[in-house]
Amino acid sequence: MRLDLALVKQWVRPDTRVLDLGCGDGELLAHLRDTLNVRGYGLEIDPDKLTIAIGRGVNVIEQDLNKGLSNFSDESFDTLLMAQALQAVQRPDELLDDMVRVAREVIVTFPNFGHWKTRWYLIRNGRMPVSRALPYGWYDTPNIHLCTFRDFEAMCRDKGLHVLDRLAVDQDQQDSVLSRWFPNLFGEIGIFRVTRGGAA
Amino acid sequence: MSDAASFAYPADSVGLATPQTVHFDTPLTLASGRVLKAYDIVYETYGTLNAERSNAVLICHALSGHHHAAGFHAGEDPAKAKPGWWDAAIGPGKVIDTDHFFVVAMNNLGGCHGSTGPASINPDTGVPFGPDFPLVAVRDWVKVQAQVSDYLGIQCWAAVVGGSLGGMQVLRWSIDQPDRIANAVIIASAPKLSAQNIAFNEVARQAIRRDPDFHGGHYYARGVVPEVGLSLARMVGHITYLSDDAMHQKFGRDLRAKTYQYGFDAEFQVESYLRYQGEAFSKRFDANTYLLMTRVLDYFDPARDYDHDLAKTFAKAKCRFLVLSFSTDWRFAPERSREIVDALVEAGKCVSYAEIDAPQGHDSFLLDNPRYLAVFGAYMRRVAEEQEACHAS
Repeated sequence: MRLDLALVKQWVRPDTRVLDLGCGDGELLAHLRDTLNVRGYGLEIDPDKLTIAIGRGVNVIEQDLNKGLSNFSDESFDTLLMAQALQAVQRPDELLDDMVRVAREVIVTFPNFGHWKTRWYLIRNGRMPVSRALPYGWYDTPNIHLCTFRDFEAMCRDKGLHVLDRLAVDQDQQDSVLSRWFPNLFGEIGIFRVTRGGAA
Repeated sequence: MSDAASFAYPADSVGLATPQTVHFDTPLTLASGRVLKAYDIVYETYGTLNAERSNAVLICHALSGHHHAAGFHAGEDPAKAKPGWWDAAIGPGKVIDTDHFFVVAMNNLGGCHGSTGPASINPDTGVPFGPDFPLVAVRDWVKVQAQVSDYLGIQCWAAVVGGSLGGMQVLRWSIDQPDRIANAVIIASAPKLSAQNIAFNEVARQAIRRDPDFHGGHYYARGVVPEVGLSLARMVGHITYLSDDAMHQKFGRDLRAKTYQYGFDAEFQVESYLRYQGEAFSKRFDANTYLLMTRVLDYFDPARDYDHDLAKTFAKAKCRFLVLSFSTDWRFAPERSREIVDALVEAGKCVSYAEIDAPQGHDSFLLDNPRYLAVFGAYMRRVAEEQEACHAS
């Protein structure tokens, strides 16, 4: 299981309802179902991944996240998960509004563009960074809205969202001392747990 | 008989299919309030029912379908004859794998392939029912299918599967027989017809009813059939089954002759194709049944009983759902399937949905599109593995 998925799991409570945006082959949903009796749906548009997810017996719905979540009613889920997909949608800000509307808690993970290696790559080469976390060229990357750990924090602040937890991890280690103290510089993947502000 | 000679059937074919008939003489009160005193249902089965009776799959047919869903009838040479209408999906190793599942396909009440319908003899009069055959509804079909289930000793269907009008029966099963269905597979269907759908049906009906050979539906005694009307009806229907793209690919503006003939004969290939399809259909299908089937489609609207709230309609459903649609289907477009999916999500039911990219329009559900069969197959394999019993209350 991918590391960020394992980390996400510690925030999902048993017997709850989950919506997984960009659920891929349904690995996480199947795992949550089998270990925590979590029920819910995954949204995916990749045909092959969707077929695998259906074979796992999870509920997966073919849906383009760029068209929003208007088909889901307010607070119809306990938790909404979105692993490494927010940066690939056309309007992450609008989707985030929709996400905190349909679920009480939103857990979102994204590649941190502020990581020191990314910065160093750009400084040293003068070219768009390519790494394990960001393996694409600038022209064919699905990641059209990359942001830094701090950018995401700022957006949450602007939207008045409560950040319940934030974590920065490496691709293969858990959170290190450095990434804990300087997440924007040493975290390769940002993980946020947020809720709608106000009457939370 | 000499043609009992065994043919070599393809390895993935169910092979020889033998229709069977079950007779019911308990009066059936229909949704319309009318009563049918007795009736026959013809059906075929493929595969073997297991000891637990937990591997049964029911196939529901669409407008012009019937009980012969797979394989070949006695005397049919598999090298020459066309197999049952859903042979692409039913057979050993196929999506609905008859090595695992026991598959049942029936001809619905009102049909013209052996089940009691307008062409059957009315016991009260001794002549065919014709237009006096009562109009039925999808819920009547489901009721009858449940009776056949009892007869076959099947308490719970591992899956009920259907495309188009067949999908509507599946939907009805999920809400009318929640304890007897574990999985519902609804393909290229809709929760109700649109005004446009009904309009096309009405053109088809008018074509039949205005044919001079229709005689108000009493054409059997006169030894004629409203062939012209029925073939026109089929031509209209056929256009709605295909996508613009598929027609373009298949015919374009191709002419049968080298150049224009300046007349009204079938000059374009698409014209001659439609005429051929219409004529062939009018020879094998009953006009009164066609009228009845289109009306069943028009009337289908299960949410009508639940304040037109489809989510509320599904409240009692207990099964898992797979909903599939096709990108170029404009008869029952993907949005119509989405209505079903959204309502199921709102009702908190288990549902998966895929929109298959396919160029062939509504007809896609009968064809062997690789992605379609991959998704459908993945789901059915899961059904086979889980073999979960119905969630009896």
